[in-house]
Amino acid sequence: MTRKKFSGLISVAALAGALLMGGTATAEDKVGFIYVGPIGDHGWTYRHELGRQAVQEEFGDKVKTSFVESVKESSSEPVIRQMAADGYKLIFTTSFGFMNPTLKVAKQFPDVKFEHATGYKRADNVSTYSARFYEGRYVVGKIAGKMTKSNVIGYIGSFPIPEVVRGINAMTLAARSVNPDVTVKVAWVNTWYDPGKESDAAKALIDQGADIILQHTDSPAPLQVAENRGVWAVGQASDMAKFAPKAQLTAIIDNWDGYYIDRTRAVLDGTWKSQDVWGGFKSGMVELAPYNEAIPEDVVALAQETRKGIEDGSILPFAGPFNKQDGSVGAAEGSALDDGTLLGMNWYVEGVEGQLPK
Amino acid sequence: MSGFDWIVPVILTIITAATPLVFAGIGELVTEKSGVLNLGVEGMMLVGAVSGFITALVTGNYFLAVAAAALAGAVMAFLFGVLTLSLMANQVATGLSLTLFGVGLSALMGQEFVGEPVSALGKLDIVGLSDLPFIGPILFAQDALVYLSFVMVALVSWFLYKTKAGLILRAVGDSHNAAHSIGYPVIAIRYLAVMFGGAMSGIGGAYLSLAYTPMWAENMTAGRGWIALALIVFATWKPGLVLVGAYMFGGITILQLHAQAAGLNVPSQILSMLPYLATVLVLVLISKDESRIRKHAPACIGKIFHPAA
Repeated sequence: MTRKKFSGLISVAALAGALLMGGTATAEDKVGFIYVGPIGDHGWTYRHELGRQAVQEEFGDKVKTSFVESVKESSSEPVIRQMAADGYKLIFTTSFGFMNPTLKVAKQFPDVKFEHATGYKRADNVSTYSARFYEGRYVVGKIAGKMTKSNVIGYIGSFPIPEVVRGINAMTLAARSVNPDVTVKVAWVNTWYDPGKESDAAKALIDQGADIILQHTDSPAPLQVAENRGVWAVGQASDMAKFAPKAQLTAIIDNWDGYYIDRTRAVLDGTWKSQDVWGGFKSGMVELAPYNEAIPEDVVALAQETRKGIEDGSILPFAGPFNKQDGSVGAAEGSALDDGTLLGMNWYVEGVEGQLPK
Repeated sequence: MSGFDWIVPVILTIITAATPLVFAGIGELVTEKSGVLNLGVEGMMLVGAVSGFITALVTGNYFLAVAAAALAGAVMAFLFGVLTLSLMANQVATGLSLTLFGVGLSALMGQEFVGEPVSALGKLDIVGLSDLPFIGPILFAQDALVYLSFVMVALVSWFLYKTKAGLILRAVGDSHNAAHSIGYPVIAIRYLAVMFGGAMSGIGGAYLSLAYTPMWAENMTAGRGWIALALIVFATWKPGLVLVGAYMFGGITILQLHAQAAGLNVPSQILSMLPYLATVLVLVLISKDESRIRKHAPACIGKIFHPAA
């Protein structure tokens, strides 16, 4: 999941920041964070920043945390290297595009531990971590299936990559499990972030009969549209209720706090090992914002039950039987898709309209 | 959906998508007609968007907000003027820097305001007419800025082609030496044209942050400034065609989203690039027809004016 934020603050400024904060060497262990966007983006980077604050709070004087924000993916290498050279013990690089720079710097600093978000390349001192946001979408799908009156759910897609397709499919399977008449319309906007275009897409979907809007894009604009038009919507990455107090059913929230604390502790204890984590509800990486009070009690109960089922493993979002959009078998009765299939998912399930762009 | 019910909402969405382009386009048109190429439209729009948003949030007064946006855009443009007109810096390089500067400056100004919602600019219902079927909601129930965008196009068209001042402005754009030799203050006129362009870009940006998606988020113009620049070439520097082009560019975006939502199999990536393809096509076509360029394109565009001693 790459996050492209075209920030005006270019790496020069970021590098200067890194130099400044590396100035004082103390006995405490230093933990660094590199962000692709500004900490005030109200979404992706903001959630990572909250994770950093949680680490600082947990360990108090024992660690010193710092961050560099708005680091362009293409020029991140010197920023990462500067941190490593300044004696940071653990560095989190929090965007897909930081993958190769992280690996490159990690090779030069074998004693520094690196944690790279959403990537797939690892080394002895580089771990990767990501979150199973589709679990959140599955719970949201149950709510959406129950709440829709028009039986049409609108979904704003960014780019047709497995991460996004997986979310659409998980939501569709859940919605149709409680309401087989549901169809899902998808509008691809070809951007992670363009408030205007995202709101246009939301309007188009609503005009085509959707009464619930989901999004896999970063701005709260679609929620504003939903609020104005009197339909439901689901927030993305963080709680967006203040943009749509009436319309937001819930929001799928990224929560890195626990993971960041665990990994920092592992470094302090000397137990840190390279690993690959793909955590969901159970790990705490995926959370849901408070349910809208307008959701009937039985639907809230269903959502809670579903979430619990996913946490204890009794519910697998991609368990069969279900069909792909073309009518072929997606997963047979009694089987469920494995992680490999999920990571490469490039087809719609039955119930999604339109053709997946290739 | 049955019948033609779907047409009205589609047109309404197209209007909101086109309005920022109309403002930025018509402003930059005047700038270019005076012989100056300002590529900083995107940056001026962003600074306008954030200034308008902050003013609306703090004062609650949308008139002030739009005025602040226009002023902010004009100040940015003035800066551009100082560099290119007085200090004679290269216009292309300065314009590009102005965009980069605007992106950063607006982010800095808006830092404290990310995630603050404001209520959308109100619609002006024209009593009696807004209830008309079909044309009512389209023609008579828009927000003030939409009406203003049409007024500005008409005004600019009238100014450029029906007034003496407009004739002088075009003369400056077509031959600054000739205009200078008969005593017109080339630099002063260009300053005014550049600042008018900035003010319009600022209002275009404010339309985004106040009406289109009433909020502030970094880089929320997402490339619309560049579309506005392409639009002017597409319109072969004619005000009326800027309007047509803006609605066409907006319309393509909206229609492709509707087509997708309706489940039609449209390649969204190709439709996303259609506005630019259309611009390239027009460029090719007008390059073939010299007389059309000569008639409307300002001959001195981008050229630095050195006042003859």
